[in-house]
Amino acid sequence: MSATSDSAAAGKSRGFINWIDQRFPLTSLWKEHLAEYYAPKNFNFWYYFGSLAMLVLVNQIVTGIYLTMNYRPSAAEAFGSVQYIMNDVSWGWLIRYMHTTGASAFFIVVYLHMFRALLYGSARKPRELLWIFGCLIFVLLMAEAFMGYVLPWGNMSFWGAQVITSLFGSIPVIGGTLVEWIRGDYVIADATLNRFFALHVAALPLALIFLVIAHVMALHEVGSNNPDGIEIKKLKGPDGHPLDGIPFHPYYTVKDIVGVAGFLLLFCGVIFFEPSFGGFFLEAANYTPANALLTPPDITPVWYFTPYYAMLRAIPSFAGTQIWGVLVMGSAVVVLFFVPWLDRSPVKSIRYKGPLYKIALALFVVAFVMLGDCGMHPPAGIYPILARIGTGVYFAFFLLMPWYTKIDKVKPVPERVTGHA
Amino acid sequence: MDDQVDHSRRRLLTAATVGTGAIGVAFAAVPFLASWNPSARALALGAPVEVDASKIEPGQMIKVAWRGQPVYVVRRTQDVIDHLGNHNGMLADPNSENSLQPEYIKASGAARARNPEYWVGLGVCTHLGCAPSSAFERRGEFQLAGVDLGADWPGGFYCPCHGSKYDASGRVFKGMPAPKNLTIPSYVIGANMHIMIGVDDASQNA
Repeated sequence: MSATSDSAAAGKSRGFINWIDQRFPLTSLWKEHLAEYYAPKNFNFWYYFGSLAMLVLVNQIVTGIYLTMNYRPSAAEAFGSVQYIMNDVSWGWLIRYMHTTGASAFFIVVYLHMFRALLYGSARKPRELLWIFGCLIFVLLMAEAFMGYVLPWGNMSFWGAQVITSLFGSIPVIGGTLVEWIRGDYVIADATLNRFFALHVAALPLALIFLVIAHVMALHEVGSNNPDGIEIKKLKGPDGHPLDGIPFHPYYTVKDIVGVAGFLLLFCGVIFFEPSFGGFFLEAANYTPANALLTPPDITPVWYFTPYYAMLRAIPSFAGTQIWGVLVMGSAVVVLFFVPWLDRSPVKSIRYKGPLYKIALALFVVAFVMLGDCGMHPPAGIYPILARIGTGVYFAFFLLMPWYTKIDKVKPVPERVTGHA
Repeated sequence: MDDQVDHSRRRLLTAATVGTGAIGVAFAAVPFLASWNPSARALALGAPVEVDASKIEPGQMIKVAWRGQPVYVVRRTQDVIDHLGNHNGMLADPNSENSLQPEYIKASGAARARNPEYWVGLGVCTHLGCAPSSAFERRGEFQLAGVDLGADWPGGFYCPCHGSKYDASGRVFKGMPAPKNLTIPSYVIGANMHIMIGVDDASQNA
């Protein structure tokens, strides 16, 4: 009896799926992107961060929607409404800490995700557009994080916005008008807060979601890279599937769940035990309301911006304008877009690259972390010098890449991914 | 009826339609772009403000808000005024050629003021818009925000954000992140040291 009722039930659910499939490509989407998306079977630790970035995006959207239910985007009420969320709204503190910790977590997983691409040559042909979509996501994410940081209308929110919007003022001729246009006032004011709110909760998230979809579609079109930097599509079995590929579902959905568990352990640890993370995730100066007449003694952005901020202030003004620091900071982000073409090595993965690339990448990581530290300290003593050295190494890594990857001694790349059965 | 498609006619019509549509989109974009300009209310709040400077002691400074920006009104000590011309070599723009101020302020030279005793300027660092701190005594061993300003400090301003230093006339020192001297707004000094900020002469009405 049970056998017949089981198959009857299965037949019913197939019938329902069929009904949907005739009206919407549900099964083919499921197969294309999960059940029959063949990913290389040698993914390692570094391949957790893409799915984790998506998890954090969902976290930011869900908690963000809840925050808008009690937040008030006006200069008079914003600071108070955040305190209201923290103290009076049921579970408001949890939802806000999930959002603020999520912002930092987003940059942690995205920086590691990008570092993975530098390790294994994931940006290189045929994944250039995939990489460019990723860089655009990074740029939008920075804009999103910056505007989100303004919303609590603390004193660091206000002065951070003052500094960042002033960057546009250094553009010759149109600078002054442009700054007023961005701010909607002569200074950072109610109008600025309101439009940042609109961009933060509607415009930028929509654009981010669109770009994430484009990023995943491009990935599934070209196929995932792997720690060996080998194209698994070159060797296919008689079934037409790559010999070194395994279906994303269930193999990598299950693997990613392990990553999610590990991530949530750390994430919840921060939320429940150290939500400000020693001033790194939430800065002390932002616990006082915005005050246009009182600059905090040291304006520092949140940790994820400090490497770029250090570059900004490492460059002195020259020829009567301070646009050079702004240009250097902007170029530091723009140069990322060119990585697929800067790397001229015949191999993709660091496993087969020579010592020059390994040294360059190690120096780059040291410089990036050092810049991050410089951006957190007042620009005095040793820090401006360290920031200039760090800026030089950062750009040398990218701009000298065509040269050192070309002359580097590379190892032979195997036919199949390592560790295949 | 002829089944032949006239492709050149179709191309022309497509191009004309796209062109007209693009012009329409450009015009439709104007309100959305212009909507970001300061509103009528923000413009109205940019009106001049009046400050009573008569109560300021020598060596003291007051801050007033004008257009939401801090304006510093400083009453300089005679000692500081006397030494204003002595450190031109250390300044990036001693004659304010490259800085923003009304002509009558530029013409006043090192004082950068209508009345040398009273200095008025925007408390907005020309680097990235922070509000500089001030230390108007001359040649002290100044420790400001943890930074040593040096033994030959002529008195002036120090921006805590990125370390720019200005003298007591708001003139920036060489090698600082800030490219220009502190901006000086239009102002007039009326009777009883009432300073009107935001206008060039008393006949201009608030």
